[in-house]
Amino acid sequence: MDTIQDLGRYGWQHMGINPGGAMDKLSAQIANILVGNETTEAVVELHFPASAFFFEQPSLIAITGADFSATINGECIPSMRPVLVSKYSILQFHKVVNGSRAYLAVHGGLGTEPWLNSASTHLKAEAGGHKGRVLQKDDEIAFRKAADLCSLLEKKEFEVLPWKADNDWANNHLEEIWALPGHEWNWLSDSSRQKFFEESFVITNHSDRMGYHLRGEPFCTTTKEEMISSAVSFGTVQLLPDGQLIVLMADHQTTGGYPRLAHVISVHHSRLAQMKPGDQFCFRFTDQSTAEELYIKQQQHLLQLQNASKFKLEQLLDG
Amino acid sequence: MPGSPKHRIFPISDSALTIDFGNVIDESINQQVLDLFRQLQQYPVTGMTEAVPAYSSLTIYYDLFQLRKSIPAGTTVYDWMRVQLQEKLEQSSLANNGETRLITIPVCYELEFAPDIEALARQKNIAVDEVIAIHSSGLYRVYMLGFLPGFCYLGEVDERIVVPRKSQPQPVAAGSVGIAGRQTGIYPMASPGGWQIIGRTPLKLFEAQKEQPALLMAGDTVRFTSITKNEFENY
Repeated sequence: MDTIQDLGRYGWQHMGINPGGAMDKLSAQIANILVGNETTEAVVELHFPASAFFFEQPSLIAITGADFSATINGECIPSMRPVLVSKYSILQFHKVVNGSRAYLAVHGGLGTEPWLNSASTHLKAEAGGHKGRVLQKDDEIAFRKAADLCSLLEKKEFEVLPWKADNDWANNHLEEIWALPGHEWNWLSDSSRQKFFEESFVITNHSDRMGYHLRGEPFCTTTKEEMISSAVSFGTVQLLPDGQLIVLMADHQTTGGYPRLAHVISVHHSRLAQMKPGDQFCFRFTDQSTAEELYIKQQQHLLQLQNASKFKLEQLLDG
Repeated sequence: MPGSPKHRIFPISDSALTIDFGNVIDESINQQVLDLFRQLQQYPVTGMTEAVPAYSSLTIYYDLFQLRKSIPAGTTVYDWMRVQLQEKLEQSSLANNGETRLITIPVCYELEFAPDIEALARQKNIAVDEVIAIHSSGLYRVYMLGFLPGFCYLGEVDERIVVPRKSQPQPVAAGSVGIAGRQTGIYPMASPGGWQIIGRTPLKLFEAQKEQPALLMAGDTVRFTSITKNEFENY
């Protein structure tokens, strides 16, 4: 399932329209940065088996997030690097090396049909992205802004450019997801609260862009109180009536009525987004100030990367 | 204390907080939520990206990175935001500053469009016609939108036709009108859903390409009127 996404559609949740956007927003931003775009530009979110792309004009592309073993005309190209590709090149993805979602950015951005100020595909509303739907064979996607890159390639079919970004989510502690306690955390019994940290949770097959259902020993609450619906966010961990947990992801509903046990911190959303059914992880609580600090650091890192990347690209384009 | 109803503020992510006025479905509390929502739409707090009203709570999403650059060090962005909203709440006049719209929704309650109406009537020990009469005689408040684009939660349903939601969601057609507990609602689009379906409206509750895509807004008053299958088809 491949769709066009950006960083999400904000300002419409009061109408029940969820923000959507890339599951792994960090990787989507890095892909744009590597090719000299603004981080808010639309990208293609790819799930394996992913679409193949035929380039009708020379392009500067970058692939980030999951490693699906990408090739240009059969030759391997690295992730997290900008790559110049010639006219009539074919980009293909062959196998899952790691991760579960890859992002494809092209210099100049993708021509999309924005809906409510966002290019993100909203499948339920059948709006945004490319015709409001999943990409299909023979779809043609325009470049939003054409750039003349012909002279850079000379006779080569492609060229990997000499700057890159780090793949943060592939680093250590992959199995740990940090969260803030949710408002109904205290509804859990003492033993359930203890278990929340001691257990590892398995992501079940019943997991998609809306949310991940987790498998573990069922949890117990000590209250008969029922919750009325209230807003939920990306990363909210809800307790379902059967005692199991769900973590809400990019296409989550705007509101929900299940107890909120925890909220995964923003910098760990990408890590979660790159997990797949069968993967396991543990929860750990952190505090607001740590969550904020980590997010600020991540944003500063992206800014630095963006400045460096822009500088190098300008040098290249100026010859 | 006028202007400052009893409330709690808590985070629902590292960049969103909820102001909760109590875990209840209550018209005057919902009105307070909507008044604050409208006030914030007009005069947003610095750094706010959006506000989401629910039955008895308002959630504020904010831009952590932008705010961090502009607020004093030594406080978390969350704490700063909480104080800003606290002040807003204290200034907030509770005057109802929006006119209530009354919107009539035509509904065809015929069995073909109402897969659960017979079971509901049996369970409540009344005739199907009575279910229709009761449902279409009430005035309902739109408490909130959520679940799907344009899906509204209306209340409150007459005790005589209150039934719990289904234990397993089933496919529901667009326009279907359902009951779940004291709530009634309309599915704007086809979707799996757990509400007991008692009819269908020919109206489009959600049109993506309109400037205001959702037909109903929180705070509206809704009345249902029964139409025949023929009227439905020629609507």
